[in-house]
Amino acid sequence: MELFDWSFAWDILPLLLRAAVVTIEVTILAFVIAVVLGLGLAVLRLSSSRLISAPTTAFIEFIRSTPLLIQIYFVYYVFPEFGVVLPALVAGTTAIALHYSAYTSEVYRAGLQSVPRGQWEAVVALNLSPYRAYRDIILPQAIPPVVPALGNYLIAMFKDTPLLSAIAVVELLQRAKIIGSDTFRYLEPITMVGLFFLIMSLISAAGVRRVEHWLKHRRG
Amino acid sequence: MSGDTTGAAAPMVRFRSVTKRYGELTVLDHLDLDVETNERVAIIGPSGSGKSTLLRVLMTLERIDSGVIEVDGEPLTHMEQNGRLVPADRRHLRRMRGKIGMVFQHFNLFPHMTALENCIEAPIHVLGLSRHEATERASELLTMVGLADKRDAFPSQLSGGQQQRVAIARALAMRPKVMLFDEVTSALDPELTSEVLNVIRQLAEAHNLTMLMVTHQMGFAKEFADRICFFDQGRIAEQGGPEQIFSEPRNERTRAFLRAVLEAT
Repeated sequence: MELFDWSFAWDILPLLLRAAVVTIEVTILAFVIAVVLGLGLAVLRLSSSRLISAPTTAFIEFIRSTPLLIQIYFVYYVFPEFGVVLPALVAGTTAIALHYSAYTSEVYRAGLQSVPRGQWEAVVALNLSPYRAYRDIILPQAIPPVVPALGNYLIAMFKDTPLLSAIAVVELLQRAKIIGSDTFRYLEPITMVGLFFLIMSLISAAGVRRVEHWLKHRRG
Repeated sequence: MSGDTTGAAAPMVRFRSVTKRYGELTVLDHLDLDVETNERVAIIGPSGSGKSTLLRVLMTLERIDSGVIEVDGEPLTHMEQNGRLVPADRRHLRRMRGKIGMVFQHFNLFPHMTALENCIEAPIHVLGLSRHEATERASELLTMVGLADKRDAFPSQLSGGQQQRVAIARALAMRPKVMLFDEVTSALDPELTSEVLNVIRQLAEAHNLTMLMVTHQMGFAKEFADRICFFDQGRIAEQGGPEQIFSEPRNERTRAFLRAVLEAT
């Protein structure tokens, strides 16, 4: 008996690939936001002013202690009650980006704290502004060691995008579910989606390793 | 103590009843100290006596709990507002810091920048020099510290002594009026100590600079300093010219300290 229908799989491949584009777009956009926002959160969290660091810490801990799915629902279903109506795709991307910015901020924090205190003392002694200090001295030392960890979050985010099917964003999993309910065949679409994630994750992991290698063998 | 008899020019650095505590521990205890323009003061004393803290509060790396520090006739951590002293804002602090340069025990060079880049970063972005000007100035200074050929080397490619000489050039590139040396040879192998001390010696000859140096190198302190301050328990227990302090210390603690140090070497 033939379980997996290859010609059916072939037929639905274009549909799934189009949905894969959505998945990849969401991942990349959310990752870019999380990488930038996370850095901002980390800097604020390490601020010497408690007025700044305390709320930032609270925000990060709150985000990290609640499930992503609930955050997705919150942005999509609850924000409108405060007048913020976002299309499902935007709401979903926002939620994933916010969620992961809390995690990337912790990665950055570790990186920032690994910069020796003497570097900050030199910065003060040379009278550099905080902006210059971060831009030219601190971040160039803090970020390279944490790039692999950031890369791992890229892969984690990618694998969390199917949660957006819960608010009917037509990404890969949602497309597979639609195909399944139209044709009553779930085996092929769901399997193909799984395989797609496997392949993309392996490729991304290889990419992260390459960047890691490159960073290790730079000048200096 | 070198005389304040004329009463004309204000001292370059003045500590008035400065106290600094870490929790229960009083590191600087109502400290008074005047350092004249171009004077060279060596600060010696047992560890934990507050020597390094003195330099660190002067560089604004630490806050003082009470008292006033003046640099170049102006309060360092306070500023005048409507005739009253209020805590200094960021602008005042940055302006005052510009008068002071510091060299650290562990060099604190920027590891991702070459020797030259270390020396031009702040002149460009703080003093507003052009890259060309800053590079010229830095090259001169690197030549002065004997590292003209190392300008494109990264700190990891330099010996400790070389790194410390780059750090001295980097501090000088900011044209400070006061230079602080915080145990600058303590992290160095003995054979590298002299190259750093030679640079400081040279600096003392060539430039008019007020210098405060915390050191364990008694020989160097004696030769380099106009005045030696012996620190003990957050206060200056004794001070005077190098001859007097080293040959006929009056304070019992000074005597004990010098005896211990000289025995150890």
